[in-house]
This record gives sequence, C-alpha cells and structure tokens, in this order.
Amino acid sequence: MLDLSLTQMAQSLAERKFSSLELTQAFLQRIQAVNPQLNAFITLTDQQALEAAKAADAQIATGKSTPLTGIPIAHKDLFCTEGVKTTCGSKMLDNFIAPYDAAVVTSLKNAGAISLGKTNLDEFAMGSSNESSFYGPVKNPWDTQAVAGGSSGGSAAAVAARLVPAATGTDTGGSIRQPAAFCGITGLKPTYGRVSRWGMVAYASSMDQAGPMARSAEDCALLLQHMAGFDSRDSTSVEQPVPDYLSKLGDSLQGITLGLPKEYFGKDLNPEIAERIQAAIKELEKLGASVKEVSLPLTRMAIPAYYVISPAEASSNLSRFDGVRYGYRCENPADLEDLYKRSRSEAFGDEVKRRILIGTYALSEGFYDAYYNKAQQIRRLIAEDFQKAFQEVDLLIAPTTPTPAFDLNSNIVDPIQMYLGDIYTLGVNLAGLPAISVPVGQINKRPVGMQLIGNHFNETRLLNAAHQFQQVTDHHLQKPALV
Amino acid sequence: MKLNVEELHKVAHLARLSIHPKDEESYSQALSNILDLVDEMQSINTEGVKPMAHPMDTTQRLREDKVTETNQRDQLQKIAPATENGLYLVPRVVE
Repeated sequence: MLDLSLTQMAQSLAERKFSSLELTQAFLQRIQAVNPQLNAFITLTDQQALEAAKAADAQIATGKSTPLTGIPIAHKDLFCTEGVKTTCGSKMLDNFIAPYDAAVVTSLKNAGAISLGKTNLDEFAMGSSNESSFYGPVKNPWDTQAVAGGSSGGSAAAVAARLVPAATGTDTGGSIRQPAAFCGITGLKPTYGRVSRWGMVAYASSMDQAGPMARSAEDCALLLQHMAGFDSRDSTSVEQPVPDYLSKLGDSLQGITLGLPKEYFGKDLNPEIAERIQAAIKELEKLGASVKEVSLPLTRMAIPAYYVISPAEASSNLSRFDGVRYGYRCENPADLEDLYKRSRSEAFGDEVKRRILIGTYALSEGFYDAYYNKAQQIRRLIAEDFQKAFQEVDLLIAPTTPTPAFDLNSNIVDPIQMYLGDIYTLGVNLAGLPAISVPVGQINKRPVGMQLIGNHFNETRLLNAAHQFQQVTDHHLQKPALV
Repeated sequence: MKLNVEELHKVAHLARLSIHPKDEESYSQALSNILDLVDEMQSINTEGVKPMAHPMDTTQRLREDKVTETNQRDQLQKIAPATENGLYLVPRVVE
C-alpha cells in the first residue's frame, strides 16, 4: 500500500480496496516507527489528518472525488499552514502559528490531499545538507551517517523512507533537486513564476520556487498539476496557462535533442556519477533522443553570483524578523535597538547570520557596484548562455551534484565546500529555468541523480522525458534498506 | 578580500545583528572566505551588460487602486508578543 504510485493509490481508494483512513493510519504508524531515526518531521498533524481522511472517505463514497482525494502528503516547514506551527527550521519561528494557508497548501488541499505534517529543512531554506535546522539534522534513509541534502532534506527523506508518498519542497539554488538526488527520489523545480509563492516564507525572492518531490516523474506531474497556476496575490506569478502534464507523459522522445554542457562533465565530477549519467544517456538515445555537446562557459561563475544575490535578497527578506509582530522576542529589551539586535542574534543560526551579513555588505554603499550589480550582470550572461544552448537542443542533461551525499558534520567548518557542491543546480535558479532530478543509481549505497533542464515553462517535456526514462529503468523503484 | 573586525561590527549593526567577541574571529574569517569566493566575479568582463533582477525581465504587475482585502488586524495580532489597542508595543523610543 505504501509503495503504490499516487495514481494507483487514488484508483485503489476509488475502488475501495482500502480507505483513506487506513492509508493515513498506515503512514502515520510508519512515521512513528521510523521518523526518530531520520528526524524528517518537525510537526505532525495526525489528528487533523485522521479527521480529513474520514471526510475524504465520505467524499469518495459519494463518487465526487478529485485526483488527490484522501492521499497523504507532507509540506516543507517553509509553507504557512493555518493554525499549525510554521517554523522554517528556526528558533526565530519556534512559536509561530501561521494565521493563513500558503497558496500551495490551499491548492493541494482543494485537490483533496491530506497533510500529515511539516517537514524539516535547513534554517530559512539556507543550506545544502539540512544540518542547519534548529530542530537538528535530517539523516539520509539510505545511510544514516550521510546527510539527506538540503534545504528540503526532510521532504526528501520522508518520501524516500515511505513516510509519505509525496511532499512539497522549495528550490532557490537546488534545494529540491539536490536532496532528491541524495535520497534517490524525483524532484522538480518549476519555472520561476509557475507556482505561487504566496505564503511561502521568502529567502531569495527572484529565485525561490515551490515544487513537488515524489518517487516518480508521473507522481511529480500529478502534484505539479495542482500546484501550478497564476495567483494574483504573488506579484511574480505568471499568467501562463497550466498544460495537462499527465496527458503528455507518454509522448515519444523520437527526435528530441539533448545537450550535454561540457563544463559540467569536468574534473570536479565524481567519475562514477559520470558513468551513471552516460548509462542513462544511452537509455534516452534508445528511446529516440539524440545527444550533442553544448557549452555553458560561465558555469563556474554561478557560484559567486548566487552567493551574492541570494544573501542580498535574504538580508532584505529576513529584516521582517524583528521581535515586534511575531516570532521570537528577547527578554527585557533595554531599548528598540536592543530588541532588534538581541531578538535576531539569539534566534538566528550561524549560517543564516553569515548570509544576512554577506548580503548586507554586498548591498551597502561603496560595495553595491562591485558585488550586487556585478553579480546581476553575470546572472544575465549565465541566462544568455542557457538561451544559446536552447537554440541548439530541446533539453539539457547534467549531473545534479558532483558527489554522492557527504557524511554528516563534514562541512561544518568550511561552508565554502558546501557552496561549491551546488555548481550544477545554481545556474538554473539564476536563469529561472525548470529542472528535474531523477535517480540514476547508487554509489556505495548512496543515491545519485541526473538533472534534465528545460527552457521556461517547458515542464511538460521535462516530465515526459523523465517519465519515459523511468519506464525503461528501475533506479526510481529502489528503496533504502530501512523501508 | 579580508573583512576586519571593525568592518564586521559595522555590517552587523546595519543588519541589526550583534556579534559576540568570542565569535568575531570565526565570523570575520568565514565572511572573508566568502568574499574571496565572490571576488572571482571580477575576472569576467561585464561592460555594457544590463544587470538582471528578474529571470524573465518581467516588470511589476499593477492592479486597480480598489479596496479588496478585509481588515484582519485582530486575528493577525493574536500571535504578536505585545499589543495594546491594535498597536504593537516596543520599548520606548523617544524620551
């Protein structure tokens, strides 16, 4: 029951093979048994979930179900959920009960999905290992000595360990794709503006995007169908009609051209990952796709550009946390300045503080041109590199990460090492492109992923190619031993 | 690019953060390392390149100046640390 695809689950519910209540109880039991080893969840909403499951069963009984009626999911704890703690993995919001639901939460609820709880994440979505959470690190279900990846580590681990069949994540520099790769699941970052950011706590507003994380491209397509769409409350939401992703999953890949950016396959890439991707490419060629080399000359520059722009935007976004209207307030503030400084310094973790400081510096007088402005110029050049490549090919193929999941506590001393690991994911966010990571095997029991990158609003082709790949391979069906 | 302790405190003040003396060295070092990383950008010629603030160069969408929201102040203030008569309370600012 726990291994069924979302579509199979929905069908089984409609055919009354089991009820939503039984399904929800089964996942809740599994969470209780397994989550202590993984720390994937921050908050469980089991009572609400059981109530919602009973209501779903009643709805199914009337024959009026929607595609996700009665299906359990989890939300990354970056999405506001009304009446439920929304912590962003931070002491700053340890006491924050969101007064409203995020757009993504509402749309998935309206589609019938049942939230079992809020998943763990790097604090305020800043990190690539889920080690910076105030609530402790998330362990990788494949090897609990390894990180689950970040920042959506909790969602990735929860799906991989079969604690939920699907979960929401967010991706600003790779935070859906990288943990998906490390945990052996499928994760999609949509085009910037495809999914509403309303109610999603902001990190870097020009790059943040919400997306689905599940065990297959087909499941991701079903979720995305109910996440995507214009929302007037998000001023960066795009009025682009939402295609029927599921109907195009079965399209042939005959005649599709795939580009391999040569800069992505250099000496920084673990050779075993390169091998797995070459094997995957052969499968795609058998399906009718042709492959050619392309160039993204400014690949390496994505790292400094991202690590200026995102902290700069974060420094602005996190200025709202001041102890005045919500969240943590220090005890006995002497004056207003003390209130601000102590509330923020006592409640933000080190990585968040580092990024706020870098961002503030990059935006400050005398440094704005050399840092922020320069980074935004490089951003344009990187975006143009991608556009040139898309004139020659339909999709790009890339590794998701240069290495498999690293050990817990291995990068604590030098955050730069962690930043360098983002090299294949960052450019996509700078350019606002959609990209999906699919599993392509394991190295020493730790999964690795392959990315497919598309041009703006081409999620249809990404999901189609990933789905076709998953029809002829079984990497995505592998389970960690603890399942 | 090295960030010294004095500059660290200046930036911290701008961000309304305070750095404890025992953390000055590690923050200073960490930030200097990050600045070294981002200094790599200087090797790229960007003359005449327009900065990109939005990945699709979209401009701010506008709407009609009509009231569409309801006042939810009381509900939203339920989670505030300190309020009085609909106002947020903070330590005295003016003497």
